[in-house]
Amino acid sequence: RGAASAAAQAAAEQGTARTNLVGAINSALDITLERDPTACIFGEDVAFGGVFRCTAGLGEKHGAHRVFNTPLCEQGIAGFGVGLAAQGHTAIAEIQFADYIFPAFDQLVNEAAKYRYRSGGAFDVGGLTVRAPCGAVGHGGHYHSQSPEAYFAHTPGLVVVMPRGPREAKGLLLSSIRSRDPTIVLEPKALYRTAVEEVPEGDFEIPLGVADVVREGSDITLVGWGAQVHVLSAAAEKAEAELGVDCEVIDLRTLLPWDRATVEASAQKTGRLIVSHEAPVTAGLGAEIVAHVADRCFLRMESPPLRVCGYDTPFPLVHECYYVPDELRVIEAIKKSIQF
Amino acid sequence: FVMHRADAPSQTVTTSASELTQMYRDMYLMRRLEIASDVLYKSKFIRGFCHLYDGQEAICVGMEAALTYDDCIITSYRDHCTFLGRGGSMEEVFAELLGRKTGCAKGKGGSMHMYLKKNNFYGGNGIVGAQSPLGAGLAFAQKYKGMPNCTLTLYGDGAANQGQLAEAMNMAALWDLPVVFVCENNHYGMGTSEDRSSKSALYYTRGDYVPGMKADGMDALAVKQAVAYAKEHCVSGKGPFVLELDTYRYHGHSMSDPGSTYRTRDEVSGVRQERDPVDRIRKLLLEHDIAKDTELKAWEKDIRKQIDKAVDFAKASALPEAGALYEDVLVDAGDITARTVSNDYTPLR
Repeated sequence: RGAASAAAQAAAEQGTARTNLVGAINSALDITLERDPTACIFGEDVAFGGVFRCTAGLGEKHGAHRVFNTPLCEQGIAGFGVGLAAQGHTAIAEIQFADYIFPAFDQLVNEAAKYRYRSGGAFDVGGLTVRAPCGAVGHGGHYHSQSPEAYFAHTPGLVVVMPRGPREAKGLLLSSIRSRDPTIVLEPKALYRTAVEEVPEGDFEIPLGVADVVREGSDITLVGWGAQVHVLSAAAEKAEAELGVDCEVIDLRTLLPWDRATVEASAQKTGRLIVSHEAPVTAGLGAEIVAHVADRCFLRMESPPLRVCGYDTPFPLVHECYYVPDELRVIEAIKKSIQF
Repeated sequence: FVMHRADAPSQTVTTSASELTQMYRDMYLMRRLEIASDVLYKSKFIRGFCHLYDGQEAICVGMEAALTYDDCIITSYRDHCTFLGRGGSMEEVFAELLGRKTGCAKGKGGSMHMYLKKNNFYGGNGIVGAQSPLGAGLAFAQKYKGMPNCTLTLYGDGAANQGQLAEAMNMAALWDLPVVFVCENNHYGMGTSEDRSSKSALYYTRGDYVPGMKADGMDALAVKQAVAYAKEHCVSGKGPFVLELDTYRYHGHSMSDPGSTYRTRDEVSGVRQERDPVDRIRKLLLEHDIAKDTELKAWEKDIRKQIDKAVDFAKASALPEAGALYEDVLVDAGDITARTVSNDYTPLR
């Protein structure tokens, strides 16, 4: 918690402003273009501000040659970004929806992730950052709702990040862009306008690879990321009020490499674990976390670790309300764990 | 017709009073269906994404006039009218848009995923350009089975820049597959005009070694002629063909796009006044005395009533059951166990 709160404190000493997630991301990109002359932002429709307005005003301010549109070609966008980053540039690619990232999958997994390794360190694409809006939005259906973090978390050589709100997004994005490893930043689109908080106006970073204990508790550990952290927090409030159960809620923030130490320490403290994510349960990132905790904290655990996730189906259209792992399902899991 | 590595077909098209009449009724129905969908979306009966086709009706109607249901069609997400053209009903369209179980995809697909297996309509695809290699595959099966048929794989000017389209064209040309790559060029990929996305906006030439042509997509008879020509090319064993149809959509890309930030209102209304495909056929019917204005008005009124009834049907239809969530994941639904909280693999049914 130390490094995270020190950074937060430093940020608090700067001026802050009430900003939503879009504004926070825009600010991080603005600072980057200001300070890093090699930085370029490219993707579909980013020049006019992007379909979610994350790049609004940046082209006008920093130059159309630095914030430019690509044609509709995700594989091309990613590959182009790899090349630009291999030259040492800061290449910030936007994939319009995380659901569209799959044509780019080969470039990210086979090129970006392996460049440093296969060249023995001669080349790297540390300057590559790929941003994509992810997650359920209420009506997105199959192709505007997916959370593809597990596919990328399975790839050594990549860094994968997902912020839970505006302040986290700005600090994590600045760290991601400056990181010397290719980083994928998944932004929960449902929070773009609805999440508003005080965000430092200046330049600040939140360290990668460090989880954040959002709520301290002693009875059970709830681990999540992105928008799901708020579902867990709401479930924690209810659990305290209705069940007298004191939950610790952890936001992983960086999904690869994930902060094992923080999660282990929490599991050692509480003896109970629930991991929750929107993505389908089978082979989701929750499986990795549960396996690790079972290995490291087996004798300390009071009950089997549980996962509350999306079902093993494509992300549905009208059935979304049944599919998403909401507060009620999390509370059921809390009860099951406590009553074991 | 503008040609690429091929000779132009005749500009004389043979049609009949009954064909023109049917074309008009079909196009008018399509137009009213899209307008009704707009209203339903704004009143939140349709949620999610909705991409309307009004302005482009001549393509669906013109191509069906040159095809049979043994020919295959696959397209992108702007598919309501393509579905109707393939013989689907407006009831199934509205029900699917509203996510009801009486929809053509049992309410599970929505606007972007309409299918009609018995008439070889393969949908309805969300990811831009992904349907192009699929079209090549459909055509391969037709050739393999020795069928005198072809596949039309439709895509837009935006999708024309997807790598997989180039891959599909190469495969089709290499293996002489009977596939027509139809570019429905409405000049805007979402908000990006063709000249801002494409080094070459001559989409009918983009197949390079694949012959192609460009036709007026607002003229149903020109579309019919062009598709007939392309089909003949494919089915006679000459391999694939690229057909660019110059068309226009009145609505924005989707219901969340007003369609006015990247093009002027004058441009839209100009097309409506000068090139509207539905009006064009209406004028032909009047000019050639095939129908009187009073008859046309009566048909139009009748079609609007049918649309209203179909909307009511959709609104009255039930949502899919909760259990439909995990149907059709794999072929054998009984094997699917969706773990909720525990790891004991209890089947949800």
